[in-house]
Amino acid sequence: MSAHAEAPAPLLEVERVVTRYPVPRGIVGTMARRPKLTVHAVEGVTFSVGPGEMLALVGESGCGKTSTAQTVVRMVDYQGGSIRFRGREIGKLSQRELRPLRREIQMIYQDPYESLDPRFTVRDAVEEPLLVHRLAGSRAERDAQVREALVRAGLTPPDLYIDRYPHELSGGQRQRVAIAASLVLKPQLLVADEPVSMLDVSVRAGILSLLDGLRKDGMGILMITHDLSTAAHFADRIAVMYLGRIMEEGPARDVVRNPQHPYTRALISVVPKRDPREQTVPQILTGETPNPVHVPSGCRFHPRCPIAESRCASIDPSLQPPAGAEVPDHRAACIVTAPGPDAAEVGPDGRGDTAAPAA
Amino acid sequence: MSHATTSTDLARDDDKSAEAGIETTPDRRGFVRTTILGQKQALIGLIIVLVFVLIAIFAPLLAPYSPTEKTGGIYEAPSSAHWLGTDDGGVDMLSLMIYGSRVSLEVGFAAAIVAMVIGGSVGVVSGFFGGGVDVLLMRITDIFLVIPDIPLVIVVAAIFGRNLLNIILIIGIIYWTSTARLIRAQVKSVRERVYVKRARSIGAGNNRLVFKHVLPQVAPLLIANTVLMIALAVFLETYIAFLGLGDPSTISWGKLIENSFLGNAVLNNAWWAVVPPGLAVTVVILACTMVGQSMEDALNPRLKVGHLAVRRFRMRPLHGKLESE
Amino acid sequence: MSEPVLRVEDLHVWFDLSGGRELHAVQGVTFELRPGERMGLVGESGCGKTTTILAIMGLLPGSASVAGKVFFDGVNILEKGEETVSPHRWSDISMVFQGAMNAFNPVKTVGSQIAEPMELHGTATGKAARAQVRELLELVGISGSRADRYPHEFSGGMRQRAAIALSLACEPKVLLADEPTTALDVMVQAQILELLVRLTRDLGLSMILVTHDLPVVAQVCDRAAVMYAGEIAEMGEMATIYHDARHPYTRMLFSATPDLLGAEDVKSIPGAPPRLDRELVGCPFAPRCDSTFAPCTVTHPRRLEVDPGHEAICHLNDRVVVEETA
Repeated sequence: MSAHAEAPAPLLEVERVVTRYPVPRGIVGTMARRPKLTVHAVEGVTFSVGPGEMLALVGESGCGKTSTAQTVVRMVDYQGGSIRFRGREIGKLSQRELRPLRREIQMIYQDPYESLDPRFTVRDAVEEPLLVHRLAGSRAERDAQVREALVRAGLTPPDLYIDRYPHELSGGQRQRVAIAASLVLKPQLLVADEPVSMLDVSVRAGILSLLDGLRKDGMGILMITHDLSTAAHFADRIAVMYLGRIMEEGPARDVVRNPQHPYTRALISVVPKRDPREQTVPQILTGETPNPVHVPSGCRFHPRCPIAESRCASIDPSLQPPAGAEVPDHRAACIVTAPGPDAAEVGPDGRGDTAAPAA
Repeated sequence: MSHATTSTDLARDDDKSAEAGIETTPDRRGFVRTTILGQKQALIGLIIVLVFVLIAIFAPLLAPYSPTEKTGGIYEAPSSAHWLGTDDGGVDMLSLMIYGSRVSLEVGFAAAIVAMVIGGSVGVVSGFFGGGVDVLLMRITDIFLVIPDIPLVIVVAAIFGRNLLNIILIIGIIYWTSTARLIRAQVKSVRERVYVKRARSIGAGNNRLVFKHVLPQVAPLLIANTVLMIALAVFLETYIAFLGLGDPSTISWGKLIENSFLGNAVLNNAWWAVVPPGLAVTVVILACTMVGQSMEDALNPRLKVGHLAVRRFRMRPLHGKLESE
Repeated sequence: MSEPVLRVEDLHVWFDLSGGRELHAVQGVTFELRPGERMGLVGESGCGKTTTILAIMGLLPGSASVAGKVFFDGVNILEKGEETVSPHRWSDISMVFQGAMNAFNPVKTVGSQIAEPMELHGTATGKAARAQVRELLELVGISGSRADRYPHEFSGGMRQRAAIALSLACEPKVLLADEPTTALDVMVQAQILELLVRLTRDLGLSMILVTHDLPVVAQVCDRAAVMYAGEIAEMGEMATIYHDARHPYTRMLFSATPDLLGAEDVKSIPGAPPRLDRELVGCPFAPRCDSTFAPCTVTHPRRLEVDPGHEAICHLNDRVVVEETA
């Protein structure tokens, strides 16, 4: 865990980022003058990841966590807010200017069965980033780097794997190869999108421990997951997202043991526990998460919220310290449990001074 | 540790691999194995095509007579001297058939390659870049699709003359469109695969993405399609020659069929002047189709329908003792 | 104690492989299912859990051969293979498939698809069928008026409910659910699990829940069987196998599963499951086990009842073996 006293400068700072996708209308829609619809994927998200820290973005489908990750690595365009890497604004850089940054920020994908080219050997796959960025001149140097990366990813001895094809490896091994291919450029920040959801349970802990080990070596990790249990165990901090906003954020232990937002509370009550005798009474919400095209007014969670009051339909909460929180950096966006000014006044992250992002 | 070379080393390697959970498969580069050698149909087709290719290559050694000299009577029936009889000019049919295979196969292969090169390039560029380039190229493809083939051949023959090169080019131009569409669809799908996105996200340029990642995935389909294209090209050449639009200085099977009509072979009951070239064209087309179809089946198993037949599981008796308390 | 509604006895399944070899996917599975009971069949990929329930339904492909008995209400339905299984399919034993929510025909209404098995099995036709379809939809928590909608108009969770309604169309006694909540969000998963629990309670339905997700089974099932390499490694009441695991795989599998509020370290299991296309000597879990001793690599363990209703296949429970080795 990173010490709070002397927190090093953050690697990644995301501030009030907004990402929206237009919904294609097609010819018929345009001619019929149907209204232009937008998917409000990310609606003003603020967080930071420091070296040696793992932040988990948790939520159900449609909450915007994957879009946030894609925005951070600049795979998609975004419409508002700022993204800073090591203090430098990277949001407006062109693809060519971004190239050196591609070495510092690496992404790990969900599907180990699809993230490796089936025609590339393990060596080819791990070597490719070196070739793309023209590092490590001679073949021998590249070979040494590839082996080093494989070992760092837990594939020892590297000889056993280096000439294999992906179809000869298990899912866990493939994911390690993908991780090795990311590590070979010696990045500072890893963005892991559901890194273990497609792997068997007995294999997951190994990959997550690997990531944890990298974190201890000083790497910053942004992990996207729908699995609260995984986040609770491996992340330092958790941010719970719903319909494009962070509803609750704080140290992992606090968010999970002392949830302050009604959505988080419902989620935690509903996640099955390992011990058959330790099952909580599930607080099952009615209906399903609404389509991010039609975001409810006021607090976006209010239609399904068990403690919603009438004013929740007109006030959009900002992240504020709740009365029930035990640590200062545990915040929730709920006017009932964490009263505070509207997001329109101080922004969704509750930091004041500037207003909410332009619609 | 140096690369294992002896068989015992490999076996030891395999045991360790097995422990590590790695499945070692005997053939890695299985394309040729799975698509051709593994399927009887494709193998037969390939052998037939090879036989014809060898005949075409060694034509001078194999043909008993010259294909241009009169060596027998007019429409002589097949005999020991002329295995396939003679045509209306007294020229030995067998020799004509053997030499005719050269042009037919040459045009077939060359035109298919032209179609493959044009169609493949258009497909890759269109599928990979998308957007305006894609729209433009697809509109051009549509235009070429609409042009009727035979009138085009007639026009080109009239304007540019009837020679072999023109024929090859025309056939290629007529057929590239279907290849382009097929390849474009495949490229679009490969482009969306995670490993391509990953390569792009680490900063790989378009060249690397196309040549190292997309093309290898698309190449097998392109080859399969080209083989099928050969069959079509041979047919079209035959058709063109039959219509009298072929190169008059060359002999091809189509020309032989045309000659037989012009020489009233049927009226003279000279079946040997009509049947052999038609049969040869049919067999070559069939063989190419067999190979091409097997390749496509192997590459795209979803197209197969054989598995839809309902096959039931079988019951069998238990052998050996039951493990019980 | 009521008679079991389903009894599987020494079930084996082999799949033909190229070159005359066979994959021994299910190796002697035996268990019982009582009326109204929810039983979990847990394991990782390749352990044989899906193959087991497909065998019970008689839905294995032509490359499969099956041995053993499956007793439904005392009658062996696998006696003559397909001939004896098919009369029971859907009307007595029914299934919710993995990814069932994506298996609806997009060009037919949901209602017509739920009515289809009714018509095929002759349980109801026309108006009666339509009325029953609406009743079934209400039973699974969907408004009956939605019977005339198309699958794309339903959300993922609703389609899964519709798939459950489809499986109940002919009023079966046993429901086999294969990973019914795997692709769903945790809140929707909770809704579906609550539905399944309610169905077993209100309709007296017996259920086998196949999943890789141990906590789901812990939350919802009365009993569970943990499968490994085609066998049942351990079987018993949920609380028993968690608090008193008698097979190292069970214990290690729980340890590898992160618990939301638990503080212990999560430990992965090294190695990989064995290949089932070759003869195995000794215990199949031995290469990955943390408690092996002499007999583990030599003899296959016996299936033992460690307590009434609690069994495991592990030498550590075998007093005879332990004494011999001492």
